[in-house]
Amino acid sequence: MKNHSFKIVVTFLSTVLLFSGCKDNDDTPLAEVSPSFSFTHNWDGVPIQNADYETTTYVNEHGETLTLSKLMYLISDITFTDAQGNSFSAGDYNLIDAREGVNLSFTPDVVIQEGTYNVSFTFGFDDEDNAGDYPDLNTADGGVWIVPMMLGGGYHYMKLEGKYLNTQTVPESQVGFAYHAIRANDNSTSPITLQDTSFTVDLGDVAIGEGTNIEIQMNVAEWFKNPHTWNLYELFSMLMPNFNAQILMSENGAGGVFSRGN
Amino acid sequence: MLKNGIYGILILVAAACMGDDTQTYTATPAELDIPPFFESSILPPEIPRDNPLTVEGIALGKALFYDPILSANNTQSCASCHLQSGSFSDPNQFSVGIDGSIGTRNSMPLFNLAWNRRGPFFWDGRAATLEDQIFEPITNPIEMANTWSNAVAALQNSGTYPDLFDAAFGSTTIDSVKVSKAIAQFVRTLISGNSKFDRYLNGVEDLSPAEERGMNIFLDETRGDCFHCHGNPMNPLWTDNRFHNNGLDEFFTDRGLGAVTGDPRDDGLFRTPSLRNLAFTAPYMHDGRFNTLDEVIDHYSNGLVYSETVSPLLKKIAEGGVQLSSEEKADLKAFLLSLSDPSFTTDSEYQPN
Ligand code: HEC
Ligand code: HEC
Repeated sequence: MKNHSFKIVVTFLSTVLLFSGCKDNDDTPLAEVSPSFSFTHNWDGVPIQNADYETTTYVNEHGETLTLSKLMYLISDITFTDAQGNSFSAGDYNLIDAREGVNLSFTPDVVIQEGTYNVSFTFGFDDEDNAGDYPDLNTADGGVWIVPMMLGGGYHYMKLEGKYLNTQTVPESQVGFAYHAIRANDNSTSPITLQDTSFTVDLGDVAIGEGTNIEIQMNVAEWFKNPHTWNLYELFSMLMPNFNAQILMSENGAGGVFSRGN
Repeated sequence: MLKNGIYGILILVAAACMGDDTQTYTATPAELDIPPFFESSILPPEIPRDNPLTVEGIALGKALFYDPILSANNTQSCASCHLQSGSFSDPNQFSVGIDGSIGTRNSMPLFNLAWNRRGPFFWDGRAATLEDQIFEPITNPIEMANTWSNAVAALQNSGTYPDLFDAAFGSTTIDSVKVSKAIAQFVRTLISGNSKFDRYLNGVEDLSPAEERGMNIFLDETRGDCFHCHGNPMNPLWTDNRFHNNGLDEFFTDRGLGAVTGDPRDDGLFRTPSLRNLAFTAPYMHDGRFNTLDEVIDHYSNGLVYSETVSPLLKKIAEGGVQLSSEEKADLKAFLLSLSDPSFTTDSEYQPN
């Protein structure tokens, strides 16, 4: 009993203190808002759901029949730029696991006034962010989201995995592919040659008000399409140490993988 | 100042809330002895809120872990199949229960499980938490083959346990939940972080040239490419604690994760084991099919078999694998063995009192 009433008093006290401590005194004319983002995935417009992984077959631009088994990717530095060119960004990041449905919504830690903003984000990590050390990302994906130092260190931008049907073998065979996007690196040189292959995605102007949610769509087919028609027979695995493959991935990624939904 | 005041009060509120569940007794709080590199590189363990670590709880858990009183005929303890000398695994292909029954799985080593933060446990992930896991062996007919009422009665009637439970949980009344909590506390203290490779990372010891070459093979996508499942030097756990089919069989006699989830996409998937302490944990794989590390490396090099759920991360399955040369195999093995930590298997902390 004693314990109980003590709790009520303390709760009351702390509530009062909390509110008075945090209150913004000058009344602002425009509401302050924190827009949220949701992430959806499709293959040329057909939604990709959990049940589609390892079961639904897709045909890529080059003609390979494939199934997907994993899709995880990192986005960072969501930025809101107003008409005056002032930009607002929390510099934070979100690691999405599309198959497992993890982190499909994300609210960057930024507060802006209602209004129209250009919205953009970075696919992956730019070099500056990639140089950081993040215990949560070190632990993510079972601790294997990290890129080994011999491949330049930092973090994966994306792991897109599955199997394609190799029709050139007798009998035809399923071959695994691991479309892993990281910073381009060439460790045959000393020191290692590195090139930032993250890219900025411009989602255009968005009117942002109370409760605005912005849908970021990924068309997975585009990773294999534009501008480079991806040939899985040649580029199916061992892509992390393949400098040119990383450039191609980056260019295809920037070539229309992402768009704004609603 | 104000901010601190608020935090202080919030802590008080939290403390007051915790007082709600009637138990007023608190045993002495204990902390895990976390190696500095673990601390700086990965997220800390998640200790369940309803089972905080305490000195008395850990001591009780250790006593229970080593005590055959938990088995039906007083012949088998947890330690019978989880020997410290084997990094808390056992040397048999399949573990043997109290009546000589033979299981179908290789005993798992027990270390760094506090970092399997979100679970699940077992080769096939059928236990969500460590506490849940401990419910199984005691009543498993091919292991300790006991009933909970029998095990609890034996503890309750013993001369020592009521006092130990009192010290740990504030009551002499014993039940299965308290047994599982105490053992889980002890298991969480089993931490291995002092291998040669750890000391290399800490800058106090060098790798041999062979170990160094082996590490590069392990991390090289065109050769070993082991890191996508077993981790890399930045992650001291040496496992992703996830489930994969690593190409052992064309057809499954043991469906692994698939039997637990009922999802055919999970057939033949097993939890990736850590590569720490391989020097002590033979035989290898969920069914202990390989007696030596050479056999394991041969498997990845030229023994891979295709099945529908095989991981896309494995390469050249049609040719059996990446075909390492015999020098590469020897180097890879040297590297793997540098992850073994003999101080763990001899640490007196973990020995029965
Ligand atoms: C008869 C041998 C045997 C006994 C006795 C036994 N275990 Fe095990 N233990 C095993 C086997 C075999 C596995 C792997 C089983 C599986 O995955 O299906 C295992 C798995 C485990 C795991 C899972 C580890 C992980 O990484 O997921 C833990 C924890 C564990 N045992 C703890 C205990 C405790 C605590 C006791 C005593 C209460 C105990 N075991 C008694 C054989 C035994
Ligand atoms: C696709 C993920 C994956 C890759 C890549 C992989 N492994 Fe494994 N490894 C596993 C899984 C899963 C198991 C357990 C399989 C089982 O028991 O059915 C395992 C088991 C092992 C074991 C047995 C450990 C024990 O305690 O029983 C060793 C040793 C091992 N792997 C070493 C390697 C090496 C060396 C490489 C690189 C040549 C490698 N692995 C590549 C997933 C992988």
